[in-house]
Amino acid sequence: MTNRIHQAFQQPGKKLLNVYFTAGYPTLDSTVPVLQALTAAGADLIEIGMPFSDPLADGPVIQQSSTVALQNGMNLRVLFAQLRDIRQSVPKTPILLMGYLNPVMQFGVENFCREAAAVGVDGVILPDLPLDDYVAEYQEIFRRHNLRPVFLITPQTAPERIRRIDELTDSFLYLVSGPGTTGGANTQAAGVQEAYFRRIEAMNLRNPRLIGFGIGDQASFRHACQYAEGAIIGSALIRALDGAADAPAAAAHFVRSVLA
Amino acid sequence: MATLPPSSSAYAPNARGYYGEFGGAFIPEMLYPNVEELRQNYLTILADPDFQREYQLLLRDYVGRPTPLFEARRLSQKYNTRIFLKREDLCHTGAHKVNNTVGQILLAQRLGKTRIIAETGAGQHGVATATVCALMGLECIVYMGSVDMERQRPNVERMRLLGAEVRPATSGSQTLKDATNEAIRDWISNPVDTHYIIGSVVGPHPYPDLVARLQSVISEEMRKQLLEKTGSELPDYVVACVGGGSNAAGAFYHFLDEPAVQLVAVEAAGHGIHSGHSAATSVLGKPGIIHGSRTLLMQDEDGQITEPYSLSAGLDYPGIGPLHAFLGASGRARFISIEDEKALAAVAECSRLEGIIPALETAHALAALSQLGAGPDEVVVINLSGRGDKDLETYLKYADQLRQY
Repeated sequence: MTNRIHQAFQQPGKKLLNVYFTAGYPTLDSTVPVLQALTAAGADLIEIGMPFSDPLADGPVIQQSSTVALQNGMNLRVLFAQLRDIRQSVPKTPILLMGYLNPVMQFGVENFCREAAAVGVDGVILPDLPLDDYVAEYQEIFRRHNLRPVFLITPQTAPERIRRIDELTDSFLYLVSGPGTTGGANTQAAGVQEAYFRRIEAMNLRNPRLIGFGIGDQASFRHACQYAEGAIIGSALIRALDGAADAPAAAAHFVRSVLA
Repeated sequence: MATLPPSSSAYAPNARGYYGEFGGAFIPEMLYPNVEELRQNYLTILADPDFQREYQLLLRDYVGRPTPLFEARRLSQKYNTRIFLKREDLCHTGAHKVNNTVGQILLAQRLGKTRIIAETGAGQHGVATATVCALMGLECIVYMGSVDMERQRPNVERMRLLGAEVRPATSGSQTLKDATNEAIRDWISNPVDTHYIIGSVVGPHPYPDLVARLQSVISEEMRKQLLEKTGSELPDYVVACVGGGSNAAGAFYHFLDEPAVQLVAVEAAGHGIHSGHSAATSVLGKPGIIHGSRTLLMQDEDGQITEPYSLSAGLDYPGIGPLHAFLGASGRARFISIEDEKALAAVAECSRLEGIIPALETAHALAALSQLGAGPDEVVVINLSGRGDKDLETYLKYADQLRQY
């Protein structure tokens, strides 16, 4: 069964910009206007962050936005209500939900998948969901609701594990650019990162690849695009939204600055 | 061998690190290689004779083991039962925490790690980690909530004196939970050269099992000492306080498969279980995921982790080790909660009756004596996990109250 993620990758030669922002940030009701502005400005995929109190894989910027979003009153019930009509205004752009397992577990995995599919979500990224648990308990539910899981790969991920991850999804692979949490600078020696990207490229995996972590502007986006089908930006967008009087305008301006 | 459990134990984790429905390793991919490396190697290293030789030697000559099992006659008289105190407070650095850090530093060396990170709440685990890093000449970074750094100033200075760098965790509630988050983030950022010494039986598999094995020396010694003093290796009760649960895991370990021994885990009720200011996870928690482990967890209905409260900084963890969650769910252990006030009363009582000033955490276990229902012919062992010097400031604050007991 096809979904919008596949269609996004069916554009030969096009490099895709995937942007992450936190639901309910900067204000509770900004989720939909920001999402609409991002797609109108040219973002190719959207990741909506589901805020969590203890986001282990995230750096200070996304963590802070999560704290604010929770204070604003964001939760999964509110998010699904906000997204109810999103496919009327954003028909084609893939939308993924990214977050941590515990809030999803408390909501109920089946409930979560049903609600996500109902509003038109295409994929789910849960960095702390172990592969074995996904296979044992979640895979069947995800399939039933036509949701694609997205898994992360890091420079330390062993080749056989990369192959397994590649088998377990048909969406894209999220290549973490280097050691560190989201929003950190690349501190690796020159050439180390590129060698890692090339090594993954040479594996001829069936899924396309998007590079994330530490991508924050046009230069880093273009650099990453040399080694993958596109790249993911999160923290830099959140920073652009921080304190913006007009959040949708700031979001659009940010996307245009990357793609210009 | 001390750190090798009965493989037949119904309370050992399965291959994926589950104790019943609790445990596992819910970690982002960035941590997977580190945790997997540890999982693949820890049992082999712990069983290695060379490791065991060095570990046992350090436990004896550096930590000061075996710690005494002391028959507390005046407490026994008061509660009309036979009470023994396992004197973990006499370990080097003043608490049981060092049993684990000595073992883990040797493990880290064998894994070729050169940089050590740790989290700390009250500072006891941080001090125990800084201590073994000094001993081995390894770089040491301890994450501590900035609120806790204020509350536990002397331990911050102790760690610094030992050569460790103390980094404040300024995110979230700025306490133990957040210090643990920051330590995990550090590990994500330093995946090759760094070993993370977790201080309790929490975190992703294999940590709960690793820390329980390294603490199991407590109950191993208890059995020998009880045989000598009572004619039986088995007491009727073993009582220990539980935050994450490392001292309780060590005290229960070699009694898990002895159904005649009642295991009693004592949590901090804070101002009262239903006061909104409590750390009684076994009552207030629901299954959830914290720091890579599926366990009982204090959380709101949306699955956001909530901040526990206890006067004692070593018991205010919103989760509980997965072994303890399983011991509670299966009925193997009995859980008791003790309010701040009763713990303070127990501090005064143990100090006056036995001449031992216990840590505030430990005092929760002592306070459970009045609820045990132990008979005159029964034997009760209380794990005296730490000494009270670090809590002197708190005791001074409540000096009037303490004098009234």
